[in-house]
Amino acid sequence: MSGGKGITVEGLKKRYGSGETAVDALKEVNMVVAPGEVVGLIGPSGSGKTTLLKCLGAVIEPTAGKMTIGDNVIYEEKWKIKDLRALRRDKIGFVFQAPYLIPFLDATDNVALLPMLAGKPNGEARDRARELLDALDVAHRARAMPSELSGGEQQRVSIARALANQPPVILADEPTAPLDSERAMAVIRILNSMAKQYEAAIIVVTHDEKIIPTFRRIYRIRDGKTEEEAGEGRSTEPT
Amino acid sequence: MISLAGRDILHGWGKFVLTGFGLGLLIGVTLTMGGVYRGMVDDARVLLDNSGADLWVVQQDTLGPYAESSSIYDDLWRSVAGMKGVEAAANVTYLTTQIRRGEEDVRAMVVGVEPGVLSGPGQPRYLVAGRHITRSHYEAVADEASGFRLGDSIGIRRNSYRVVGITRRMVSSGGDPMVFIPLKDAQEAQFLKDNDFILQQRRRTEANPSLNRPGIPGLLESVLASQTGNSTVNAVLVRLAPGADPEETAEHIRRWKRHEVYTREQMEEILLGKLIATSSRQIGMFLVILAIVSAAIVAFIIYTLTMGKIREIAVLKLIGTKNRTIVGMILQQALGLGVLGFMIGKISATIWAPIFPKYVLLEGRDSVAGFIAVMIMCVASSVLAIRMALKVDPAEAIGG
Repeated sequence: MSGGKGITVEGLKKRYGSGETAVDALKEVNMVVAPGEVVGLIGPSGSGKTTLLKCLGAVIEPTAGKMTIGDNVIYEEKWKIKDLRALRRDKIGFVFQAPYLIPFLDATDNVALLPMLAGKPNGEARDRARELLDALDVAHRARAMPSELSGGEQQRVSIARALANQPPVILADEPTAPLDSERAMAVIRILNSMAKQYEAAIIVVTHDEKIIPTFRRIYRIRDGKTEEEAGEGRSTEPT
Repeated sequence: MISLAGRDILHGWGKFVLTGFGLGLLIGVTLTMGGVYRGMVDDARVLLDNSGADLWVVQQDTLGPYAESSSIYDDLWRSVAGMKGVEAAANVTYLTTQIRRGEEDVRAMVVGVEPGVLSGPGQPRYLVAGRHITRSHYEAVADEASGFRLGDSIGIRRNSYRVVGITRRMVSSGGDPMVFIPLKDAQEAQFLKDNDFILQQRRRTEANPSLNRPGIPGLLESVLASQTGNSTVNAVLVRLAPGADPEETAEHIRRWKRHEVYTREQMEEILLGKLIATSSRQIGMFLVILAIVSAAIVAFIIYTLTMGKIREIAVLKLIGTKNRTIVGMILQQALGLGVLGFMIGKISATIWAPIFPKYVLLEGRDSVAGFIAVMIMCVASSVLAIRMALKVDPAEAIGG
């Protein structure tokens, strides 16, 4: 369990280029996501969602502001942590629009890869993977290769992978885009359940109108600025 | 940590094996080219070894008898045989020509040797079947590579010879099998003129007033007899007495007999340094080109394999995989391909080498050098793919 304070973003800015050609992709981003909470990040195309996700994922460096994961300041005018690779591995989980599983590893090893990269012994990493696959109801497909899994099963395996190192933050990039309503709801249900079970702060970037009403809190990003809105927090249980 | 390269190879093993097979055939051709060169060198050394000679006495200012034409009188051997340090001396003739086997031709080196001198220089070293030549005419001992069997008939120029013995690994420096025949027959075969030429030569001699003088009976007959005689050979092979110094004896013969004499080392230098030098360079060029082609193919394959995994590499980087792990994965795949290719190449070369018409010698040290070269080539070839993989931005895994 992370036991921290989720993720806090204050006054985050990102500028591409310089001089007259400079573009301010993020002008003022403020977010707080608590452990166990799932929030939506929505906005029109070109509003800065992807840039924000890349900054939160420690893939690109912001220009200004402050980011904190748990009690650790990871960015304040510059990266406070030198090994961003280890930061991504240990503190941030990623769920993508497409599952992007490693095609030559079976479901178990796709999940176990992260703990292995973190230095866990293979046996321990696989035990952790099996536990997560079981929690996500895909334990019966543990030995299947990604090409043998359905779209929904692949997405669940990718969620298991995101949780493998018990990160305090999970970034989900359009995780329901290719799914029908029922499966989309199932994914959101799983994310909510996992957020609570593993005390992870989950940020879901989405365009998907079906799932937006399920969030209790939403951050709307427009022209590089975030605004917090109360969501409907509708139940994801089948009616 | 699991082996990402191993898992990837297992996942797409069919493609990997087929690629390795193609590369292996190319490596097999490269090893065979090396074997062809080694075979040429070995043929040259075997030629010298099997001649049983320590010195070669040839025509002055020639590199004979293998590299250049050499012609010396056939009575020279007697005086050479009596010189200090000489244990045995023998006349030989060498003629590379087409000989007839039934309805077809065979390229062979016809060697003329004294019949009945079983252990003299120039004689076939050992027989695998039959006996040595004992008669002065129309008997032959053939190398088994010529395809002749005991009792077969060999057609050389206008005469036929019966195979009485079969020998092995008696070849010319060019790899042609040797056929031994009696010296007199060989001299005739080498210097034989056709009937029309002899007739014309007689008419020209008769018409020459200085050779057909009315007042000197018998002159014309003497001249004609000297023109039709065959009293030359290509070389005298000398075997030294135990303890005799080759250079000293050679110098002695040079000085007193006024002929060119080569020692074993000098003859080897002529064969390797002059006779097959151009062929060696030719094969060397082939080897270089094949190595470049192989490297280009490995580079292309590894690059293509890596290109197909760009998204996976981006994801791996995003989830915290070290560059070292990704580089290791590409390198291991390249080396795996190299090992598989080398194994297939080595097996292929070993299978097809005996089928080649000329001797292909696959040496262990060449295989070791080849393996090291393939490994280096694979590492070098994966540089492009590694550079591309290192440039992959983990951000590619996120969004648009």
